[in-house]
Amino acid sequence: MGNKEQLLRDIGIVCFTVTELCLYLDTHPTDKNAMEYFNHYNRIKQQMVREFSQKYYPLSLDQAECGKEWQWALAPMPWEGECA
Amino acid sequence: MWSYERRLEFPVNIKTPNAKLAQAIISQYGGPDGEMSASLRYLSQRYSMPYREVAGLLTDIGTEELAHLEMVATIVHQLTRNLSMEEIEKSGFANYYVDHTLGVWPQAAGGIPFNACEFQVKGDAITDLMEDMAAEQKARSTYDNILRLVDDPDVCEPIRFLRQREIVHFQRFGEALRIVQDRLDSKNFYAFNPEFDRCGDCKDENN
Repeated sequence: MGNKEQLLRDIGIVCFTVTELCLYLDTHPTDKNAMEYFNHYNRIKQQMVREFSQKYYPLSLDQAECGKEWQWALAPMPWEGECA
Repeated sequence: MWSYERRLEFPVNIKTPNAKLAQAIISQYGGPDGEMSASLRYLSQRYSMPYREVAGLLTDIGTEELAHLEMVATIVHQLTRNLSMEEIEKSGFANYYVDHTLGVWPQAAGGIPFNACEFQVKGDAITDLMEDMAAEQKARSTYDNILRLVDDPDVCEPIRFLRQREIVHFQRFGEALRIVQDRLDSKNFYAFNPEFDRCGDCKDENN
């Protein structure tokens, strides 16, 4: 697995933590510990997504900076998989 | 409003095509207990839900279901890409192929097209949340059934992930039901429908 694939997997793990904490907080909106966890992992998520988008291709439209070509359209689609 | 993230919620990298298995798994795309039903159910139920945190939960779980819809479609796509005509005929995929080639179309394993009658928006908080809890269990059973058909670890891992999410969503909907019931008449949860009846504090002894 290359650096790109490893970073994308790590982003998946951190994003999963954020999703899970989001659903938990929806039904426990005053749980201070959960909110601290959420803030912590959400910050890491944003840093990692920014790093990936600068090095490889934009993962979301707000990371799509125009350079030589429109990477948002040209980058691989997620259903292609690593074996494509 | 939504925004798209160009990644799957959980990685799917299938090396060996298997059209027969794809025909079973496509049920979680457009079948009765599939991810299309799940996402449309929750995202439609939320508008008349009067409790903000429950409407928020319906939005967030409905959004996660869209990510699951994309994962299931990816599994079907990767199980059917690069199939030869011989494989299509041998695996019993010809009936699907004749209408959709190798495209991903929302249908049940038995070929029945996706239908909004597979889910309900009743406009009653207790009824809808009870349906949501049942829906998560029905999807969990379907993933259990799929897992008995799968040998390939590349398919097993994402299906196990999806199965586990059904259990977490079931837990969260149970908590949402408790939040709703805590705000209703503890002697009679059915005294009024908080999504319809305007007198939030009325207690009708006849109901």
